[in-house]
This record gives sequence, structure tokens and C-alpha cells, in this order.
Amino acid sequence: MNLSYLFDPAHWSLTADGSIPQLILSHLYYSALALLIGTVIALPIGLWIGHTGRGSFIAINAGNAGRSLPTLGLLMLMVTLLGLGLLPVLIALTMLVIPPVLTSAYAGVRAIDQRVVDAAKGVGMRPRQVLTKVELPLALPVMMSGFRSAALQVVATATVAAAVGLNGLGRLLIDGLAVNDYSRVLAGAIVVAVLAVVLDLVLAFAQRRIVSPGLRERSSR
Amino acid sequence: MITFDDVVKVYPGGGTAVDHLSLELPTGRTTVLVGPSGCGKTTSLRMINRMISPTSGRVLIDGEDVAGRDEALLRRGIGYVIQHAGLFPHRTVLDNVATVPMLLGRTRRQARTDALGLLERVGLAPEFADRYPAQLSGGQQQRVGVARALAADPPIMLMDEPFSAVDPIVRAGLHREFLRLQGDLGKTIAMVTHDIDEAIKLGDVVAIFRQGGVLAQVGTPRELLESPADEFVAEFVGRDRGLRSLSFDTAADLPVRPLAEAPDLVLDEASRPIGWRTGDGIHKIATFTSDDSLRLVTDLAITSPTGIAVRVDEGGKADGIVSHHDLVDHLAGRKKK
Amino acid sequence: MTTYLSNNWETVLTALRQHIWLALLPVVVGFVVALPVGYLGVRFPWLYHPLVNTCGVLYSIPSLALFVFLPVVLGTKILSPLNIVVALTIYTVALLARTVADGLRSVDPLVVQSATAMGYRRTRRLVDVELPVALPVILAGLRVATVANISLVSVGALIGVGGLGQLFTRGFQLFYVEPILVGVILSVLLAGAADLVIVLIQRLVTPWTRFQGGAA
Repeated sequence: MNLSYLFDPAHWSLTADGSIPQLILSHLYYSALALLIGTVIALPIGLWIGHTGRGSFIAINAGNAGRSLPTLGLLMLMVTLLGLGLLPVLIALTMLVIPPVLTSAYAGVRAIDQRVVDAAKGVGMRPRQVLTKVELPLALPVMMSGFRSAALQVVATATVAAAVGLNGLGRLLIDGLAVNDYSRVLAGAIVVAVLAVVLDLVLAFAQRRIVSPGLRERSSR
Repeated sequence: MITFDDVVKVYPGGGTAVDHLSLELPTGRTTVLVGPSGCGKTTSLRMINRMISPTSGRVLIDGEDVAGRDEALLRRGIGYVIQHAGLFPHRTVLDNVATVPMLLGRTRRQARTDALGLLERVGLAPEFADRYPAQLSGGQQQRVGVARALAADPPIMLMDEPFSAVDPIVRAGLHREFLRLQGDLGKTIAMVTHDIDEAIKLGDVVAIFRQGGVLAQVGTPRELLESPADEFVAEFVGRDRGLRSLSFDTAADLPVRPLAEAPDLVLDEASRPIGWRTGDGIHKIATFTSDDSLRLVTDLAITSPTGIAVRVDEGGKADGIVSHHDLVDHLAGRKKK
Repeated sequence: MTTYLSNNWETVLTALRQHIWLALLPVVVGFVVALPVGYLGVRFPWLYHPLVNTCGVLYSIPSLALFVFLPVVLGTKILSPLNIVVALTIYTVALLARTVADGLRSVDPLVVQSATAMGYRRTRRLVDVELPVALPVILAGLRVATVANISLVSVGALIGVGGLGQLFTRGFQLFYVEPILVGVILSVLLAGAADLVIVLIQRLVTPWTRFQGGAA
């Protein structure tokens, strides 16, 4: 196991272009961007469908449909159609964030015991207050699960996206493969794997903190 | 016969579930274990089929310690009915009932044929055979649970709050069926309930437990009602136990007056009672026979507009009347004996 | 697109065939491995959380990283299809072991108690009662694993093995949309078909779920 690339301090410089820390940062940056945009789009839609019950077919099957999209194919399709650059990749990444967030937002709202909502209205809360003080907190465990799923998916796909030009940790893997520099490939694999695992743990921790203690038993991965 | 021989069950946390229980459950009879929650009745029941093991003491079936027997084989010879039936959701009603016979080695076909007969026995139409538990109501599921427990014709049946999960009307029906079935089958039954009325209605022997797993009193329902051992039993049995104990006396030796003393009684040509003539027409009447309980007669006297109950013979002909005064005198006389 | 298809029928079919067995073999092997592993997580309750956490960590590793890391562990060449199969099997086990454990835990304890009280011994009870009742949950997990695998196989094209993924790389290199579209559509259709098959199997094998309100 040739780890020379990984342990070479030059590759860990914070200023050099293409250094590992830089790649980590851009990887996280693109992932976060796609997550943000995707969540902003999918969350309200999922909540609304869950709230009104209309269009539930979409919400229920979005998750499955999203999972069946081949990530590499989607990336290459976008780039071939729209040319190289950040935008096509971002579009593809965002498309992968939307289904899990949408489905889990829907499922989260549906899982709420209607009697609690009733009680909230009964004590005089306005619709907006019911939504923010009661429904959102109760839907949170399931929604966080979906968000975690989406986050992992994005980080993994951003790795693959190096094949269509994205500047992230995948660069090490793709470039390394191209020049048969296996130590570079390994460095990329290890760093991105650690990044993904750490991210998942951080999100799991956040999930536990954000979700009210009363609901903890139900928040599963 | 099931025997508890100085059985103790203590849990590691420190709670005593059963405190030196010595009790005999007679063969062929229904023994009901009753008491408030935390009194150890369910724990005791489950020591009979070794779902729970005693901390000390022995549980014997026909003189043999259950601890000495193979668990699974022991249980295949004991029927077990629980609240909510615990039916296998993935099997049809018929296959649920056929479970233990098949465990015992009978062929599938034979077990299923026998199962059909059992369904009929517990009052379920044959069309239920191929349905799944999720398609049945609570009362129907309970019947299947009983049929399943009966399937291998075990000499002993354990029943843990079997009728609690259904509504009162369905429950009353299930009680009747239970008494009928037990009348036919004569199994040794150990039943747990928290409902003292159910215990009195269904039990040949009733054992009342106190919290902490202590046996407070054991005896026939009548003994418990008439002579409670202490405050706790008296309270538990209920403040109207006097009235309820009247269920156990028949009207056989209740003296009656001649019909002539009730001029407002209207009879038909065959001397069968139609009703009481009152200011606003004929008031319909219910009657009693000498086999009925004193409790029923008292109730009739109270609900009658004239305060008089009418006795009829086997043919339905009126042959005597009893006023509520007579009743009170009779009851007072009973006490003096 | 149809011109591309008719001209390259052979290539597409070969890619499809490779894709199918690269995706399905891990599902089968993974399922077989996940059953006992998941069961252990229930039989020994202290194992449950470590198991779930390990599975979680394994599942969060990006696919490409795992594909290129395995040759180190396995001693295979980078371009070997075995890497893909092993990686996808690991993912399948990580997903399904947890599903099996959760499925078994979700069986109504009263049903299990009833079975014990009727005289079932542990093993037969597992096979006759607990597994069948847990099956709907397990099969739901199987659907997810299968669809995910079908999508992940194409990433393997980046290390030279990829089933339909080869259509993606070819199209991308030549800046030619057709093969990519064909590949994406076929991949989605394949996933949909596999999902449908499992749903049908589930209906067949668990007929009682039809009567229960709300299922997987």
C-alpha cells in the first residue's frame, strides 16, 4: 500500500493549488452548494405535499426514482448537453439531492400524529405557529434522516464528478488513475472516505442535538 | 392438578413478584387468579409453563416438577391464551389453529381438518378458515386464540386476561361460550384477570392476590363473597358483595303466596302471565322459576310496578307470587340459620 | 437515438448483460450474508448498536473510493470486476444487515411469546415465525439495495468496468449524447424492472400484508 502521496507534506500545504486541504475545501463547498439549493427547492415542496396530501404519489416515489438514477450517467449527460463547467455539474448534483429531501420531508409530515396538530389548533395557535412550533419539530427526525442520505450521496457523487472536470477530492482519484500514480489514487480514496465518515458522524450528532429529547427514540438512520 | 409449593419469585432489581405461594389448582376445574396490578398473578401463571422460573420453590403438574421437563415439550401439552390473542399474522386462521398439532408431528392435512372442527366449536363459521388475523375483529381473533390453544387437546389451559381486550357486550358473549366449552371439555384451567366479577362468574376456585405477590384468600366464589378473610379481600370483592352472593342461592326454598293475592295480575287462557294491569294499560312482565337465583327474583321485585315477582312452572303457568316484603323476610331468615 | 441503438446493438447488449450480473450478484451474496449477521444483532442485543454503527460507516464510504481501495486489500488488479462485486456486496450487507435486524426487532413481541409458549424452539421459531413476519421490512430493504447497486455499477466505468457505465464514458469522450441517453434510460428501466420484480415477489410471498393497514 503505497501511501507516499498521502504523507508527503507538500500535498498538505494550505496555499498550494491542488493540495489536499484545498481539494477538501472545494469538495465541501460544491457539496454544500448542491445541498443548499436542493434542500431549498425540495423541502417546501415535500412539506406542502405532506401537509395537503395532494401529489403524494410524487413524494412517495421520488425517493425510489432518485435512487435509480445512475450518478455518473447523469453527470456526463449534463456536461455533454451543457458543456464543461460548474453549472452542469451543480445541476446534476442538485438533482440528486432533491428526491431524498423531498420524500423525507413528506414522510416526516405524514408521520405526525394528527391529534397533536389538533390539540395545537385547539389551544389557539395560528397556522404558521402550528407549522413552526409543532409540525416542523415533530417532522425533524425523519427529515434529518433524508438530509443525511442526501449529504452522503452528494459527497460521493462530487467525488465521481472529477471525471467531468469538477475540482474536488475526486481529482486525486481520476488524475491518479490517468497517470497510473496509485499512491495518489489511494490518498484520494482514503481522504474522501474519512471525510464522508466524519461528515456522517457530525450530521448524526447534529441530528441528536436538534431533535428534541422527547422524540429521540424515533430518530433512526 | 397443578401445585405451587412455596414458590418465590424475586427479581434482581429487588422486587418480589411472588411471595411464598402455596396453592393447589384442582384438576378439571377453573381456577382464577385475580388481584390488582403488581400482585404476581401473571408471574405465577407463567411459571406453570416455565416461561418464568421460580427463584425458589417448585411448581408441580400432577406431582411432577415442571423444571424437570423439556421446556418445549412441556409447553406443547399446555394451551396458552393471552390478551390480544397473539395470533401469527402471516398464517391463515386455519394454519394458526393447526400450529401445535403440526409441532407434535401430525400431518398438515390432518391438523387442518381437525382445526376446522375446532373453529366450529368456538363459534366461528368455516369461511373464516382462510382469512388472515388482520381481517378479523378482536372478538373473532380471541376465539381463534382459544381454538389454537385447544388444538392439541391439552389437559391444561393457561389464560392470561383472555377477555380484557374486547368490549363488554362481546365479552359477555365470550364468557357464556367459555362456560359452555368448559362444561363440555372439563379441562384444568388457570386464568388470570384483574376483574373480580369475571373471576366470580367464571371460576370454580378463586385466588385473590395482594400486591407484592401474597395470596390473600382462596376459595369458591361464594365463600369469598360471604366470608372475606380480611379488609383487603372485602374491599376488592366489592361493596355490593352481599347482593352478589344472592346469585348463588336459588329460589327453590323461597315460599310463595297464592295468585289470588295479586288481583292486578293478568293471565291468558293457559294461566300464563301477560302483565300487570296499571293505570295506563297492561305493563309487561318478566318471571322466574324455582331454579333461578335469588338475585334475579330480587331484581324482578324491584323492577315490577307492583313490587311483586311472579313465579312460573316448567310449562310457563303462573303458580305463585312473591312480594318484596316476603323477600326481605326470607333473606333475614337465611341469616339466622 | 434509435440510429445509435441499431448500429451498436451488440455493444449495448453486452454492456447491459455485464451490468445485470455486476449488480445482482452482490445483491444475492449480500442478502445471504446479511441474514445471519442481522440475526446476530438481535440474538445478542449488545451487538446491535456496534453493528448498526459499523454498517453506517461502511455505507458512507463513497463508491469510487471503495472501488479503488479494494485492490489493496484483495490483491486484485484495479481493473478487475471483482472489485466492483466485492464493494457492492459490502454496501448490500451494510444496508441489509441493519434492515434484517430492525425487521426482526419489529415483530410483535406478543407473537414471539405466543410461539414460545406453544412449544416452539428457538431456531424453528425464527424460521417459521419471526423471519416470515419480518419479511416485508426485509424485502423493502432489498428493493433499496438492488436499485442502489444498479446505479452504482456504472461508476465502475471509471476504473474500466462498468456495464452500462461504458456507454457513459464512451459518449462523454466523443462528446456524443446518444450513448449516454441510452445508458441512462436503460439503467433506470433496469432499476425499475428489478424493483417491480421484488414488489411482485413480496406480494406473492407475503399475502397477509394486503390486509394490514399501512405497510413498508
